[in-house]
Amino acid sequence: MDLYEHQARELFEEYGILVPRAEVADSAKEARASAARLGGRVVVKAQVKTGGRGKAGGVKFARDPAAAELTARQILGMDIKGHTVHSVMLAQPVDIDSEFYVSYVLDRSQGRFLAIASAEGGMDIEEVAATRPEAVVRMAIDPFEGVPHKKAAGIAAAAGLPASAADTLTALWSVLIREDALLVEVNPLVRTAQGQILALDGKVTLDDNASFRQTRWGAQGPADRHEADELEAAAAAKGLNYVKLDGEVGVIGNGAGLVMSTLDVVAGCGARPANFLDIGGGASAQIMADGLSVILSDPSVTAVFVNVFGGITACDAVADGIVRALESVRLTKPLVVRLDGNNAARGRAILDERAHPLVEQATTMDGAARRAAELAHAA
Amino acid sequence: MAIYLTKESKVLVQGMTGAEGMKHTRRMLAAGTDVVGGVNPRKAGRSVDFDDRAVPVFGSVREGMDVTGADVTVVFVPPAFSKAAVMEAADAGIGLAVVITEGIPVHDSVVFHAYAERHGTRVIGPNCPGLISPGQSNAGIIPADITKPGRVGLVSKSGTLTYQLMYELRDTGFSTCVGIGGDPVVGTTHIDCLGAFEADPDTELIVLIGEIGGDAEERAAACIKESVSKPVVAYIAGFTAPEGRTMGHAGAIVSGASGTAAAKKSALEAAGVQVGNTPTETAQLVLERLAAASR
Repeated sequence: MDLYEHQARELFEEYGILVPRAEVADSAKEARASAARLGGRVVVKAQVKTGGRGKAGGVKFARDPAAAELTARQILGMDIKGHTVHSVMLAQPVDIDSEFYVSYVLDRSQGRFLAIASAEGGMDIEEVAATRPEAVVRMAIDPFEGVPHKKAAGIAAAAGLPASAADTLTALWSVLIREDALLVEVNPLVRTAQGQILALDGKVTLDDNASFRQTRWGAQGPADRHEADELEAAAAAKGLNYVKLDGEVGVIGNGAGLVMSTLDVVAGCGARPANFLDIGGGASAQIMADGLSVILSDPSVTAVFVNVFGGITACDAVADGIVRALESVRLTKPLVVRLDGNNAARGRAILDERAHPLVEQATTMDGAARRAAELAHAA
Repeated sequence: MAIYLTKESKVLVQGMTGAEGMKHTRRMLAAGTDVVGGVNPRKAGRSVDFDDRAVPVFGSVREGMDVTGADVTVVFVPPAFSKAAVMEAADAGIGLAVVITEGIPVHDSVVFHAYAERHGTRVIGPNCPGLISPGQSNAGIIPADITKPGRVGLVSKSGTLTYQLMYELRDTGFSTCVGIGGDPVVGTTHIDCLGAFEADPDTELIVLIGEIGGDAEERAAACIKESVSKPVVAYIAGFTAPEGRTMGHAGAIVSGASGTAAAKKSALEAAGVQVGNTPTETAQLVLERLAAASR
């Protein structure tokens, strides 16, 4: 789960990292009042969980509270890469002497977190890394040592950051560990004209697996609902592992890998998958009914493909689940079911017996995908 | 032979007395696995009856190893306790820890992977279905009855895709199938398994199943080019997955051009690996390669 910039800012402040004074507003009027409290001159920043805000016009300077109100009115409601701006952060401007980049990020291949630091902050770090790799320092962090001051000083020195940035590096490591973050990034970290080291913008990604011990942001995360698709919100409320896509063939399957593969096979038949939905190992009648109801409420869906491989799950149990789901959900679109593996013959017999006019079966995954694509196009 | 797990393997189950542990211990025993004990400090000294076999419960992994000579542990303990469980197993010096548990915080797995590495313990997983050497032993939750022993080795991030391919190739059979898990950080990688299959005289051909996210498949491709002489057939899932979205597995997320299914496919093809477009087509490629080799 990504945090908004203002949430990252709050965290940094709590861990003793200097940040600009700032307030959050979700209306232009509030923005004006915030700007007045912050001394008049402010930077108005769109709060969306995506990069490239500046280029999209989502970050603007305002010289006084009236200008802040006007600017906030322009930015609020703006669409930035598919994210609607529902709030802005107003921050006191900072007199910048120089800009740096620092982050801790997971290196999957080594199974370690990496410290990444560069004296060339403020711009796209990937571009710096691509064009001038020597300007970006990467250091693996030993999970048993972490980042004590000596290590932090070493990173700062290697990257050409001021020695005083070492404290920020140790504090950021504490954020990473104690908050169970997968990414902590400050870009830019700045030295002000007064010589202070200050985090001007921050990005924090938290590990959803750690939510059982990280209760600060709540189970659903902070105000994500603003940005979530309606169908995704409905699916999330039912605890379904669902992602909305742009196509017309609804997909239900068991296991993330098999569902991803199903999307590909549907696409290979010339149709477009309407969603990713992994019902996992259990495949109970309830989860099948919940899944079907979400998919059938998607107006762009014209046919549904249920693709289940019974490994641990027995296919007769899945077929029972489908039959019982059909009692509580009114099927309005054709359903192609492919059951294979454990007890597949019994599962198919159960569906044959139910003989729902809109349900048909296929014996192979590829065949079922072709049929679902045909039905989707015929609709 | 096989890789990592044979009929000689003596298997402990950490978390055997929990619901999942009980269910899968029963299945493992039915598949012929030599399950020699469970571990639960609160139930030490008791035993659990599985049909015709009483399996003792030990207070620690070390005790279980001392008494039974166990060399493999399968971990079913809940996410909050998995780090301690794996570190305990590594402390005891066990050779292989198969971590089935899903939902372990990454900071915990980073620590236990580093710890296990220092203690010489191989970890498979977490968030994986485990591994099976059909006809010999099954450590984890892979269904044992959908395939048979044979000469194909399989390594995969995904559980259900593993089962799908095992089933497609049920008349051909497998030496060992390893589900390495879909988490961002896993212990045993595609590359480790490729090396082990290359060295295994009973493996004739290797199937590699990958999915979007990370660069494990690209690295596997480089490894194949350099040091794998046996034929490799691959399948990659996730061509239609949108950028920046998690698709169920924590690892299955693409950001930017690296880690895309297309990038993985072309890296593998450049290393001389045939890549199937669907699981069924992949199985077909395997049959063709085996037929060509036996001519």
